[in-house]
Amino acid sequence: MKPNERYAVPAIVLHWLVAGLIIATFIWGLVVAGMPLSPAKFKYIAWHKWAGITVLALVAVRLLVRVLKRPPELPAHMNGVERLLAHGGHLALYLLMFAVPLTGWLMSSAYGFPVVMFKLVQLPDLIAQDEQLAATLKVVHETLNWIMAACVVGHVLAAIKHHVIDKDGMLYRMSLRGPRQ
Amino acid sequence: MKQLKLIPAALLLAAPLLQAAPLDAGKSQINFTMKQLNVPVTGSFKKFSGNVVLDLKKPEAGKADISIDTASISLPTAEAVGEAKKADWFNVAKFPTARFVSSSIKNLGGGKLQVAGKLSIKGNTRDVNAAFTARQEGALTVVEGVLPVSRLAYKIGEGDWADTGTVADEVQIKFKVAIPAGK
Repeated sequence: MKPNERYAVPAIVLHWLVAGLIIATFIWGLVVAGMPLSPAKFKYIAWHKWAGITVLALVAVRLLVRVLKRPPELPAHMNGVERLLAHGGHLALYLLMFAVPLTGWLMSSAYGFPVVMFKLVQLPDLIAQDEQLAATLKVVHETLNWIMAACVVGHVLAAIKHHVIDKDGMLYRMSLRGPRQ
Repeated sequence: MKQLKLIPAALLLAAPLLQAAPLDAGKSQINFTMKQLNVPVTGSFKKFSGNVVLDLKKPEAGKADISIDTASISLPTAEAVGEAKKADWFNVAKFPTARFVSSSIKNLGGGKLQVAGKLSIKGNTRDVNAAFTARQEGALTVVEGVLPVSRLAYKIGEGDWADTGTVADEVQIKFKVAIPAGK
């Protein structure tokens, strides 16, 4: 595999960093949502918010990297439908990586619990306090999360399919180590 | 000459004694802001009543006695309101009323007043002291100020909640009291 067939190093690092953070924040969100109100819950919600905003920031950098350095071409064996699915899936993932943290931020503003990153920097409220709107945004945030979970599962299955069935070395595009020689 | 000087004083004395006027609850507000992990969370008490006497020309003679219905607490979420009413917080079943009674009002000039008094919440009474501003708004005298209190001094947030690493000890109570013109 030629070097130009792999993603740029910053893109690879960001991919795995964001992937790990998204999975952790998703599970953390589920844990926190089921907790009764307690000091621990306050703390855990804060961590969830910090992680989510961190994802938002990293994804913004990722998008910039992607724009500056075009991702490698898809393997030649892929047909039109597969290409459409691949591009559609990546587009959906990018949209969701922005929409999920943004709806979380909106929800925080609407609930009247602003985000204070790492207890230091208070983020501006995107909208005014409104408990009803907050409840709606919570449903939107949760729904988008489940859609994103489905997209991530699809993404992983597609990667496995490329690796196991197509054997096209696709996984190495996103690996820091590259293919074994 | 001496007699002439006494005339204004006599007039003042002759003026109808200041009556305790009920505050205008519709135009008054009692809000508070607490911080949890540095996140400012604002709430309020929707129901309160009281009598306030305040003549801006003679604020030292003023008096305030305000009772707050603790069950009227409002917080960003219904879950938080439910929690705040429980025994660890305001214990509204046992302590339905919080009360502020002034003990002295000092005129600092320029519409500023130093108000001292006793604040009782959840069966605990503490001396409090804060600067307020007073101004005339049409027929209303509006007094505003922020009273910083320690929630733990009143045992607000007991048990696990006593941990100030999550919910800070200092709570800012913001008063806006509108007093109709005395009769």
